[in-house]
Amino acid sequence: MKEKLVLIGNGMAGMRTVDELLKVAPDKYDITVFGAEPHGNYNRIMLSPVLAGDKKIDEIIIHDLQWYQDNEITLFTGKTVVKIDSRQQQVIAEDGTRASYDKLLIATGSVPFMLPIPGNELDGVISFRDINDVTTMIETAKTHKKAVVIGGGLLGLEAANGLMIQGMDVTVVHRGYILMNMQLDQTASDMMRSELEHKGIHFLMDYDTAEFIGQDRVEKVRFKDGSEIDADLVVVAAGIRPNIAVAEASDIQCERGILVDDTLKTFSPNIYAVGECVQHRNQTFGLVAPLYEQAKVCANHLANMAQAKYISSATSTKLKVTGINLFSAGDFNGDKTTEALIFKDPAKHIYKKIVVRDNVVVGVVLYGDTIDGNWYFSLLTEQTDIADMRETLVFGKHHHDAA
Amino acid sequence: MTKAQTISTTCPYCGVGCGVLASPQQDGSVLIKGDKTHPANFGRLCSKGSALGDTVSLDNRLLYPSIAGERVTWDEALDKVADGFKKVIDQYGPDSVAFYVSGQLLTEDYYVANKLMKGFIGSANIDTNSRLCMSSAVAGYKRAFGSDSVPCSYEDLETADLIVIEGSNTAWCHPVVFQRINQARKNNPDLKIVVIDPRKTATCDIADLHLPLKSGTDTVLFGGLLQYLSQHNIIDNEYVANYTEGLFEALTASQALASIEHVAEKCGLAADDIATFYGLFAKTEKVVTLYSQGVNQSSSGTDNSNSIINCHLATGRIGKPAMGPFSITGQPNAMGGREVGGLANQLAAHMDIDNPEHHDLVSRFWQTDRLAKENGAKAVDMFNDVAGGKIKAIWVMATNPAVSLPDANKVRDALKSCELVVVSDCELNTDTTQFADVLLPAAGWGEKDGTVTNSERRISHQRAFLPAPGQAKPDWWIINQVAQRLGFDEQFNHQSQADIFREHAALSAFENDGVRDFDLSAMADISDDAYDQLEPIQWPVNKDYPNGCQRLFTDNRFFTANAKAKIIPITVHAPINSPSEQYPLILNTGRIRDQWHTMTRTARSAKLNGHIPEPIVEVDPQDAIQWQIEDNALARIESEWGSMLARVQLSSGQQQGNVFVPMHWNEQFAARSCVDTIVNPVVDSISGQPESKHTPVKIAPYQPHWYGFILSRVPLVLTQSHYWVRIKGEQFWRYELAGEDKITDYTTWAQSQLGVDGEWLEFSDSGAQRYRAGKVVNNQLESVVFVGPSHELPTRSWLSQLFSEVSLSDESRKNLLAGSPGGDQPDVGALVCACFGIGENTIKDAIACGKAKSVEDIGKLLKAGTNCGSCIPELKNFLISK
Repeated sequence: MKEKLVLIGNGMAGMRTVDELLKVAPDKYDITVFGAEPHGNYNRIMLSPVLAGDKKIDEIIIHDLQWYQDNEITLFTGKTVVKIDSRQQQVIAEDGTRASYDKLLIATGSVPFMLPIPGNELDGVISFRDINDVTTMIETAKTHKKAVVIGGGLLGLEAANGLMIQGMDVTVVHRGYILMNMQLDQTASDMMRSELEHKGIHFLMDYDTAEFIGQDRVEKVRFKDGSEIDADLVVVAAGIRPNIAVAEASDIQCERGILVDDTLKTFSPNIYAVGECVQHRNQTFGLVAPLYEQAKVCANHLANMAQAKYISSATSTKLKVTGINLFSAGDFNGDKTTEALIFKDPAKHIYKKIVVRDNVVVGVVLYGDTIDGNWYFSLLTEQTDIADMRETLVFGKHHHDAA
Repeated sequence: MTKAQTISTTCPYCGVGCGVLASPQQDGSVLIKGDKTHPANFGRLCSKGSALGDTVSLDNRLLYPSIAGERVTWDEALDKVADGFKKVIDQYGPDSVAFYVSGQLLTEDYYVANKLMKGFIGSANIDTNSRLCMSSAVAGYKRAFGSDSVPCSYEDLETADLIVIEGSNTAWCHPVVFQRINQARKNNPDLKIVVIDPRKTATCDIADLHLPLKSGTDTVLFGGLLQYLSQHNIIDNEYVANYTEGLFEALTASQALASIEHVAEKCGLAADDIATFYGLFAKTEKVVTLYSQGVNQSSSGTDNSNSIINCHLATGRIGKPAMGPFSITGQPNAMGGREVGGLANQLAAHMDIDNPEHHDLVSRFWQTDRLAKENGAKAVDMFNDVAGGKIKAIWVMATNPAVSLPDANKVRDALKSCELVVVSDCELNTDTTQFADVLLPAAGWGEKDGTVTNSERRISHQRAFLPAPGQAKPDWWIINQVAQRLGFDEQFNHQSQADIFREHAALSAFENDGVRDFDLSAMADISDDAYDQLEPIQWPVNKDYPNGCQRLFTDNRFFTANAKAKIIPITVHAPINSPSEQYPLILNTGRIRDQWHTMTRTARSAKLNGHIPEPIVEVDPQDAIQWQIEDNALARIESEWGSMLARVQLSSGQQQGNVFVPMHWNEQFAARSCVDTIVNPVVDSISGQPESKHTPVKIAPYQPHWYGFILSRVPLVLTQSHYWVRIKGEQFWRYELAGEDKITDYTTWAQSQLGVDGEWLEFSDSGAQRYRAGKVVNNQLESVVFVGPSHELPTRSWLSQLFSEVSLSDESRKNLLAGSPGGDQPDVGALVCACFGIGENTIKDAIACGKAKSVEDIGKLLKAGTNCGSCIPELKNFLISK
């Protein structure tokens, strides 16, 4: 008689855990998956290419419904789990569907942060999170002209780029001066901005949104300084929050996210959690790499091969945003105790900055040419003394191969 | 395209006087080859000669006459010169004016200049830059032979069994003679070569014995040799008795040098080495002593020459094949200048001012009653007189005294203060032309036509193969025009250079009958055609030697009153300024392989700039430690007379306590780089030749705030930095820089140097005070600038190559500011072979990989060393140090 594993959340982190589990213990569990969306499991990262018209939706599906059947996994789509009864070891969905478990895995991911301002409920005010958002944008672009994206982060810029390609006149509204400030410094941000402006995207930097105005559909965006711009569509990409609704409702220990230990176990028996919904050693997550790492470790424990521990290491970010290669890691802004090695070739849209402290790399940001990103990252993580390489460090690894 | 015409002419550089074939091409370039039929070189050329084609461009050419910087007509300029000189002469007398001329004038130019000053202005204030190069040799010959007669021929070097090379880096300064000696060595395994030089130079490469004697001890070494020869009965008593006088006195004078140990101690040499040298000299009949500036540029210069000549006279080794004392000159027409009397203590045609018969003879020949009666001011005195106001008008022709005279700062002040400075030159900007009130454009090499005489008395026709550009005129025409304006029309109405040559030859023949060595009587009525066709010929050319004369004194008769040669008693004296606590080092100066004089021509050739691109100071490694100076860093060299900067090159060939600095650099090419600003202005009391190879100096590290370099496709006007060098490369200009002030805003600074246009690449590491920038225009590299806290900057060679890339590749662009391609891509390194542009690393790699085991292998693999051969000594060093 197999044990029952229930997974809440049919997203990338959860299903990756299932994949890993099937690899190591294919016959250990009867698996049931609850997904809020009406699809199979798909690659959320690829929503931007879909919006940009580079990919079709079926191209970004990881596991279609057939796959669940073939692997004898029960999939409930379009069912949001609202309660966990940890005494009876059952989960309950909105529509009353119940499933009992021996082991439970929560992978509810994150929810977009919706600005708490008037008009945020108007038609045409959306976020950029799932296939539904993307189809909404593509449809709107056919009938409307003016799009406003709130937030100049990674998602915001990809939305803006996609909407522009879909033919809309796009303005990005950003609260600060540095776009993608989690990944870029001022110089890189300025280069990014001028490249996108060159493509036709408008930017309002240091603008604080006050209100979305309209009858039932949004028509204008008003800012704290009183100024306004027209808007047929507003995409709010002001950040994400761990989705802990069901966990909180079920008295599972949460702070910003669901608290997990190094084995991805929550503080409730037989309940695990992975992905953007968790908080591990006071850290929450937004990029895919650590999620996959968590999936591996979690699967390992679900298979009772209790060896692996999840250690959230320093991470580097390697991105291709609107066709621009970016790499960053560590403290790439530096402080008064650091020195910066900087290379610029603006005409070729290339910028590299290596931040060192006492001849040890502590941060890197690469714009346009990211080939040596991993090498710099290894120098950073290994604390290599770069005194002897310093003169040609910024020009790449091949200057130090021969030596 | 029609077959280009080929003109046979001669090289404008050293005194070897090589024959050159010049073929002007349709595209304006000139194809240069060695003349296989010319007896000086039989087709060989050195690196400088081979690159002559690069030097005929018009950049920085002086094309029009000017007064106070304003362009004027020839008439205005010539009137100004004539009136100016006339006024001064009328008011202060003939000795208040002077000509300072040059061993690069043709004989015909030289002749009329000398005739005008001595014969008609009536002063002997005409002297020449040859004073700086061989006047001691002249004085030595005259004391011994009664005439300025070089007895030998190059052929004597090829048939000798012993060649003593003293005070000459023949390999670099007379490369083709060196090649002939080297060939002789291959043909005759018994040929021994002894090099006497404080430095271990490239010439030592072929030496069986190198004697690195203490600077200024030559008379000790040769005084000792004379003693040795007498002790061992090598004296040719019959010859001495019949044809010489003074041996006894000479031996008495050098008595103190009878012991080799004593000589060894004084010269700082090993007694055994001296014994070897003396033994070789004693037992070898066929011995030529070849000597040059190391002997001449000394306060004992004249004694040095005579101490050599003494040994040849005492052994009768002169006037016979394969033997003799052979002074080799530094300039293409130093000898021609001597023949016309271009020195202030000569009259004309090897006659003397203070000889009443000569004075009368020349007065009658020139039909003048104004002929100068007393010797004029020799070079150094001449500029002292300018400084002191005694000389108020000076005319400088084809030379650059602001660079080449000792205590050059004083010379510059003198020219600044002088009432009238006339300069005729083919260069627009030189350190000297900047002081000119009147600038006269002279025809340059390839444009002027006339004769020159090389070191073996061989007169050759240097022919024009290009039209004179702008309003440039031959020097003889300019001089004659001024002479006519001074009222000497009929004496200066020559219609051609041939006219002048005939007069010159006739003067040499005038009442000669063999009493004077210089005799061109057989050429006195040479036709214009014959003059045009003139084949190289060694004087005398007279009834006895209608086809010239290879060797003098074959009859053992000399040009003294009693026809006997004089063996001169010599008292040893040390250089005038000896090292002190304050100035503990001895500065030696000289030439490098690929530059000529003040670089006005050779610096136009990228090929020639590659070998030693910057002013250097060669320092012994031990001294470097003591004075805390680093290889390739900049050092400050200071004497009582001034200070300069140079790039340090550690050299084991350098004697401890000695430093060497090349003579070439000046304000046109580098800041604070002119060595003559620190050379002591002391001279040989007889010859007046400066002691340019011995100045007490001190050396210290120069510590600028930053070092840097710029490479640019076009020449730049840089904001003044404390140290700069300008170097022409293939398709780029290179600037080496150093500054004493902190650069506060690198980008602004860089843009002010390179200009703001174009695509900019920048690399900055403020923590390491490192900044680099590159400028790309139309996808071609336009310029780069590298700045750092020390002299350790990336090699320039890879960056230099990028200027020949039609469009800058992405790879090159990525690595541009790294200064190297990275990975294992080769970097050719510093240029070694100028002819084929082969770099040090390329050669070392070929050796390292075992492909090249000999100089011949290197030649087969890379062609390096297979043309002029000047780099072969360096190739050998690589093979050895491998």
